[in-house]
Amino acid sequence: MWKIFWRRFRRNKLAMLGALIIFSLAVVAVIAPLIAPFNPNQQDILHRLEPPSHKHLLGTDDLGRDLLSRIVYGTRVSLFVGFVAVGIAIMIGSLLGLISGYFGGRLDSLIMRFVDIMLCFPTFFLILMVIAFLEPNIWNVMVVIGITGWPGLTRLVRGECLSVREREFVQAAKALGLSNRRVMFVHLLPNVMAPILVSATLGIGGAILTESALSFLGLGVQPPTPSWGNILTAGKDYITLAWWLSLYPGLAILITVLAYNLLGEGLRDVLDPRMMAE
Amino acid sequence: MEKILEVKNLSVEFYKGGKVIPALRDVSITLKENEVLGIVGESGCGKSTLALAILKLIPEREGKIVSGEVLFKREELLSLSDEKLLKVRGDRISIIFQDPFTSLNPLFRIGNQIAESLALHRKENLSTYQIEEEIIELLELVKMSKPKDTMLSYPHQLSGGMQQRVMIAMALSSNPEVLIADEPTTALDVTIQKEILGLLTELQKKLGLSVVLITHDFGIVAQTCQRVSVMYAGSIVEEASTSEIFHNPLHPYTKGLLESLPSREESRDFSQGEKRRLRAISGQVPDPSNLPSGCKFHPRCPIVIEQCKPEEPRLREIIQNHWVRCIRAG
Repeated sequence: MWKIFWRRFRRNKLAMLGALIIFSLAVVAVIAPLIAPFNPNQQDILHRLEPPSHKHLLGTDDLGRDLLSRIVYGTRVSLFVGFVAVGIAIMIGSLLGLISGYFGGRLDSLIMRFVDIMLCFPTFFLILMVIAFLEPNIWNVMVVIGITGWPGLTRLVRGECLSVREREFVQAAKALGLSNRRVMFVHLLPNVMAPILVSATLGIGGAILTESALSFLGLGVQPPTPSWGNILTAGKDYITLAWWLSLYPGLAILITVLAYNLLGEGLRDVLDPRMMAE
Repeated sequence: MEKILEVKNLSVEFYKGGKVIPALRDVSITLKENEVLGIVGESGCGKSTLALAILKLIPEREGKIVSGEVLFKREELLSLSDEKLLKVRGDRISIIFQDPFTSLNPLFRIGNQIAESLALHRKENLSTYQIEEEIIELLELVKMSKPKDTMLSYPHQLSGGMQQRVMIAMALSSNPEVLIADEPTTALDVTIQKEILGLLTELQKKLGLSVVLITHDFGIVAQTCQRVSVMYAGSIVEEASTSEIFHNPLHPYTKGLLESLPSREESRDFSQGEKRRLRAISGQVPDPSNLPSGCKFHPRCPIVIEQCKPEEPRLREIIQNHWVRCIRAG
C-alpha cells in the first residue's frame, strides 16, 4: 500500500517540491546552531541596519543582529508552533469527529451544535482575546491556535465516519465481539486517515500564518526570541531604510506556507481515489 | 438433542421518518446441538434482522428489539450487559455476513485481521509465533491453498470465494459453538457457492458446530439443513424438518416457493417437448410499514377465504414437529 502511495506521490511534482522544502526547513530547524553564522541575539550596535553583504548575507537589524541567523532560528519557532498547534487540533478534532460519527444520535447533535458555535466565532479575534488575558508566550500561542483549530476537522471526520460506519466490516468487527472503542480506533480511524492527513498538512500552514500574525502584533513569541512574525514587526519601522528586514522574513513565511499548501493539495490528490480518474 | 440456541417471541421494530416498521414479529426458532437450521424467505422478510437481533447487533439509531428472549444454553442474551455480551459475541456465537467484499477491513492484511480475532478470544496469551501458526492452521482448515501468501495479502487481492473463506476462518477462530451464516454464498457465483457450502457442511460435522443458515435458496436448504423455518413478512409461517417441507409443504407460501423452483427432472423434460411453466407467487412482499390485516400472506394467497382477513392465524403444530401458520392447513 505504501508502495502505491509513494508511486503516485512521486508523480505529483508540486507536492514533491513542497515536501522537499518542508524537509529542508525541518533540517534547518534541527541544526540551526550549526548553520547560523552568528548568535541570533548577539548585538552589534556599530553595524546596525547594514544591507546584505558577504559578512551578513541578509544584512543586520536595528540592533546589529545578523538577520540570517535570526531567520534560521525563527524556523524552529514556526515549525514547532505549526506542529504542536495542529497536533492539538487533530487530536481534539478527530476524537470528537469519531465519537460524533460513530455513535450518532444525541451525542452527535450535541457535538455538532458545539462545532457550529465554535465556527461562529471569528477565530483570530478569539485567539487575540485569549492571548490578551493570558501571557503572550510560545506555549500559550500554540495551545490557543490548537484549541480553536479543530471544529472544521471534526465535521470532516464525522462525515467520513458516517459513510465508513455503514460498511459491513464495521458490523463484522462488532459481530466479532470487538468493543466500541476498538472498532472506533482500530477499524474506523485508519479508514478516515486520509482527510485527517490532508487537513493537518494544510492546517500547519495556517497555524504558521496565525503565529506570525500574532507575533507581528506583539502577542505571539516575545522578543528577543526570534520568530518570523516579530522580525517583521521590528523591520516595519525601518522599511524605508532597511527593506531587507521586511522582505526576508516575509519570504520565509511565504515559502513555508506555500510548501505546506502544495504538499496538502498533493496529498489530497494522491489519497483521494476519485481524483485519480481525472 | 440438547437445545443450544432458542429465540422466543422476538419482535424487532425499525424507525424510519417517524414511521414504525415491524421487521420481526413474534419470531421463535430453536436450534439443537449439531444441527443445521435453515431460515428461508424472500428478500425483506426479516431474515438478516433475525441474525443481527440474536447477537443484539441491531443499530440502536435505526431500530430496537421490542420484546422476546434469546437463550443461549439457557442463558438469556438480550438482558446481558454490553460487557458480558462481548464475551458471547464472536466468541461462542459467530456470524458470517453475506458480502465478503465489504466485510473485511480494506486496510488490514488478512493475517492481521484473523490475529485480531484470535487475540481477542483466546484465553491464554499467544506468542507471535503461535498466533502465526494458528492463523495458518485456520486458513488450512478453510482450504486455502497458500495460507502463507494469503496471510500477507490485502482483501482486494483475494477473490470473493477466498474472502468468504477468510471470513469463515475468522468466525471459527474463537472455536464457537454456534455459527450464524447470513446468506454466505449470495454474493458469490454458483461454482464457488457450491465449494463454500461444501466447506461449511464439512466443518459443521468436523467441529460439531450448530449452524443457523439464512438463505433464500431452497436448493441450498435441501443440501445442508436438517430443519427449516420459512419466514414471511417478519414472522415464521412454517417450520418442519427438511424432508417434511419438501414432501409435504402445508403453507401456501412454502408451496409457492417450492413451485417456483426448477427441478432437475423437469429441466430434462424440456428437451422432450414437455413443458411446465415455473410458477411465480403473484404479487409482491408487502411493504413492512403497511402490512395487510389478518394473515399477512392473504393478498397473494391462492386459497384465501374470508376468515383469513380479520385475524392473523397462530402457529399450530399440525403434524408432529410440523408447525404452520395457516387456518386452511390440516
